[in-house]
Amino acid sequence: MTRKSRRLWLVGGCLIGLGTATALTLSAFSSNIVFFMAPSQVHAHPPAADRTIRLGGMVVAGSVRQQKNGDTPTNQFDVTDGQDAVTVHYEGILPDLFREGQSVVAIGSVLADGSFRASEVLAKHDETYMPKEVAEALRRSGKWDPRYGKPPDAASWNSMTKTATSQDKAAPQHGS
Amino acid sequence: MNATPSLAARTGTFFHRYANPGRFLRLGARLQPWLTWPAIGLSVAGIVWGLFLSPADWQQGDSVRIMYVHVPAAWLASSGYMGLAVCSLLSLVWRHPLADLAAVEIGPVGASVTAICLATGSLWGKPMWGTWWVWDARLTSVLVLFFLYLGHIALIRAFDEPQRGYRAAAILGLAGAVDLPIIKFSVQWWNTLHQPDSITLTAAPTMSTDMLWPLLVCTIGFTFGFAAILVARLRAAVMESRVRTALAMRRGRTETQDDAQDSGPDLSGAVA
Repeated sequence: MTRKSRRLWLVGGCLIGLGTATALTLSAFSSNIVFFMAPSQVHAHPPAADRTIRLGGMVVAGSVRQQKNGDTPTNQFDVTDGQDAVTVHYEGILPDLFREGQSVVAIGSVLADGSFRASEVLAKHDETYMPKEVAEALRRSGKWDPRYGKPPDAASWNSMTKTATSQDKAAPQHGS
Repeated sequence: MNATPSLAARTGTFFHRYANPGRFLRLGARLQPWLTWPAIGLSVAGIVWGLFLSPADWQQGDSVRIMYVHVPAAWLASSGYMGLAVCSLLSLVWRHPLADLAAVEIGPVGASVTAICLATGSLWGKPMWGTWWVWDARLTSVLVLFFLYLGHIALIRAFDEPQRGYRAAAILGLAGAVDLPIIKFSVQWWNTLHQPDSITLTAAPTMSTDMLWPLLVCTIGFTFGFAAILVARLRAAVMESRVRTALAMRRGRTETQDDAQDSGPDLSGAVA
């Protein structure tokens, strides 16, 4: 075995060892690396009352209540992961992307009655990017309602882009 | 020992063909315009297409245009480090001299694109998510990548004897490559605030083709730009080391002449 191949094996062995060590460490700390807990996790393992946690999930359609309390709005909405839902109370201005059906992450603590008091609400957008006309067209045709989950595959609406724009140009007043 | 050379030997021969600095200088000079001009052309076209002509996103509005800088920067940050790791391997196993110089030059360029990726991501996060920064797995692992770049830049220049710096930095560069799969898969392994990838090898992109094309042009343009800067820096580094060697030889010669003639005050310092 030449010195070069010995060095190659040595480097390869070190990398495998380091990779394994990192993988083991990351899997051991996996529950601490997650950025937020889902409502069903919060119900299964309720955190201590004074502990700050991050709660993540989808805003349930029709659950948003807003009140003006002086200058600061008070918001109440339900967050769900499909299995369970938690009611969130938040005093303050919600991010621009907040809407029904949007994924959000609320930072705060669980109250005695099982509801959640948030000190901060972050909006989490998904990986789908589409022009406004396409979203409008999908909504008009009834193929997708943003309040009830993810949009359909891009392949199904990519061809729509051109037709949607040309339709809008042909009849700009239509529907608006 | 045997007729067929080992894998290490064969790979070494393949890469050592480009280890000759003179051959690299000739190749680099020929390559440079083919990198620089497509880089300028494609980047300008992609940026104009992305920032002015592509549609706004249905929910993010015009903020989505940050993507046309952020995504290419993120791609280059990771692939730049991949290049650094390959150079580190070549340096450690085959003692490849050009790989050492390349590792020195990749560091600052890679750190710059990583900084651009972090800065544009932060600017994008504030209006969309509602925060400049969170400690989720994706953002944190990219910050670690930035620190790896900075550590490599410092370490490779930290020794009086360059060879020792090359070895130490190569070990850091290879060990840091562990961060690359973590960055890539962080959005799948753990729930994060950062959304999953829109463009993957296994599935169709979840992005309108009207946005995908300018993004692709921007990414290719920025990649050519990265390569052009790298080749230019590497050529300069090779020429610099040649000049240094020539100067050192000349100083050595004048000193021996001075010693031989034993003539008054030493003027070789003034020459250099």
